Amino acid sequence: MSEFNPTILAFCCNWCSYAGADLAGVSRLQMPPNVHVIRVMCSAAVKPEYVFKALSQGIDGVLVLGCHIGDCHYMTGNHRTAKRFPLAQKILNDVGIDETRLKLDWVSAAEGEKFQQVITEFVGVIKKLGPNPLREVKF
Amino acid sequence: MARIGVFICHCGHNIASVVDVEKVTEFAKTLPGVVFASHNMYSCSEEGLGSIRDSIEENKLDRIVVAACTPRTHEPLFRRNCERAGVNKYLFEFVNIREHCSWIHAKEPEDATRKAMNLVAMGVAKAALLEPQTEGESNVVPVALVIGGGISGLAAASALVSQGIETHLVEKEASLGGILRDIEVIGPEMTESKKLIEELKRSIECSPKAHIHLSSRVTGLTGFIGNFEATISSEKCDEKVKVGAIIVATGGREFIPKGEYGYGSLPGVITQLELEKMLAKKEFPEKTVFIQCVGSRQPGRDFCSRMCCNTSIKNAIRIKEAKPDARVSVLHRDIMSYGTLAERVYMEAAEKGVRFMRYSLERIPMIKKKDSGLSVEVYDETLDEVIQLDADNVVLATPMVPIDDVKDVAMLLKVPVDKYGFFLEAHVKLRPVEFATEGVFICGTARWPSQVSECIAQGLAAAAKASVPIREGKVVIEPITAFSDSEKCIACGNCVIACPYEAIEIVEIDSKKQAKVNEAQCKGCGNCVAACHNDAMQQKGFGTRQLGAMIDALIKNALEVSE
Repeated sequence: MSEFNPTILAFCCNWCSYAGADLAGVSRLQMPPNVHVIRVMCSAAVKPEYVFKALSQGIDGVLVLGCHIGDCHYMTGNHRTAKRFPLAQKILNDVGIDETRLKLDWVSAAEGEKFQQVITEFVGVIKKLGPNPLREVKF
Repeated sequence: MARIGVFICHCGHNIASVVDVEKVTEFAKTLPGVVFASHNMYSCSEEGLGSIRDSIEENKLDRIVVAACTPRTHEPLFRRNCERAGVNKYLFEFVNIREHCSWIHAKEPEDATRKAMNLVAMGVAKAALLEPQTEGESNVVPVALVIGGGISGLAAASALVSQGIETHLVEKEASLGGILRDIEVIGPEMTESKKLIEELKRSIECSPKAHIHLSSRVTGLTGFIGNFEATISSEKCDEKVKVGAIIVATGGREFIPKGEYGYGSLPGVITQLELEKMLAKKEFPEKTVFIQCVGSRQPGRDFCSRMCCNTSIKNAIRIKEAKPDARVSVLHRDIMSYGTLAERVYMEAAEKGVRFMRYSLERIPMIKKKDSGLSVEVYDETLDEVIQLDADNVVLATPMVPIDDVKDVAMLLKVPVDKYGFFLEAHVKLRPVEFATEGVFICGTARWPSQVSECIAQGLAAAAKASVPIREGKVVIEPITAFSDSEKCIACGNCVIACPYEAIEIVEIDSKKQAKVNEAQCKGCGNCVAACHNDAMQQKGFGTRQLGAMIDALIKNALEVSE
């Protein structure tokens, strides 16, 4: 059996984490090729429904990355993110999806290395967890 | 049905050496809605842009997807190109397969190619659902903020006030001038730095448009291009000022050797700035040995600081001119006296009797203490001989490094720094002295080690760019504002609470209570969209259907392929 190669989705806010991802690229920091970034303007624009949709249809993990608390381009946006996604994790747990398949973290525009580290660690965690069991379920 | 065109960029070798662009192009042709796909060597070149326009016309394309670099640099260019071809510029979608793919998966070409295909599929899925938009405008506060009162900041502030632009100049020290306060003359043309600084200072101080904040720091920043609010803090007070554009001129500092060549333990081993202070007091050593590239161009700090060679040559000449019999040697790895004048001055130094000797990193000079003074043992590569030099002073030419709190400044301004801690501009050639964040500009040694003449040029460049939005008086607002679907809205008010800008209110239209977004106040964060439980609130360019389609595309392409 070939090694499990997870498919991961990441939401990055335009101002901090997307720029941090760009900086990782400009710095040629190498990381596993499993993560697909969707750019949003603010981490608080990420509907929990997106996460549930992705995980319920077989995506192996979802990252939500925003600006550090206090640095939000929209003043208080990421405070909502910080409240919203721990709650979303509880809901995932309740329906039998391992909550670690969803991760929330903060990456600033200056933190290319942190982006690399978050991606590498998360891919490691998901590889250990194995494929999303819902991948096999056909509704 | 949309007619989508997909253009995959090689970016020279940057993308194509890792990602199989032909395979991605063939794949793109199979995606729903795609009627044309091709790949270009450089999509952003005039040739690349022209071929995109031709393809739009020939194939009657109405949605354009370019898979290339980051939208944070080239999106405006490609959008304008769409406009030139008669396609609304918001029917353009950018897919990042360079920063987010080829550059970070350089050793996994197959996986990188597959990821690029997934990303293109996601971009195409979103593009199919894009809608044409019209842009809004917002007023610009006609005030500039310059952070840092060294030579770059002074040049920038002087240029701004001379244009009649109200300018706040913030300096953390009690006086203006930065590092130049410790330097008597500036090479290679030997300008008196005091005179230069005084002239610039006077031009700023005399202007009624200037506000100089000494012993102050910028401690807070909110807002956007045209409408920033900065907090300027001193010991006495915190002051809030509204500004339209910001110039970062926070400079750098001399790297202090950490024990290299006996610095700190052997008396007489000094840094370049310590020598500058001696020379300013007319203390000229009899025997001087300069060692170049101390702490630079080696693992861990592998950049060239560019000013150290010229500074050593300048100071060697000053010693020789004051004391023609003085013995001066410069131990270097390569002399970087670039440009026409500096190279001439280098020759002049050699003619005056300054000795230049080349050492290698494998066999660096050794310094020993003698009964009086120091002795330097250097292996001269050219002569293949070990040479002993006596010295009163050994001058360590160290690089300029970023200021200690550069990360804090970067966090405050939400701008990136490189691996050394220098600020990273949007693009070295296409957008010099600009940050990717609109309305924020960078100049001088905060950007990378620069000579005084370059600092001045960059300060002027940053001032010129910062004055553009201020002179225009208006900036274009990207149409990414929110709007509410009247039929779906149940007037619950969640969006009103979620909006950080109080841009949404519940109103009654056609006897139905519903949310209404004030577009002029909306900043396009999308917080209301995520807060809406009824999928009524939408953001232009980031609609729930558009993002949902991206997720679907990833599921379809990544999961079905890997099964």
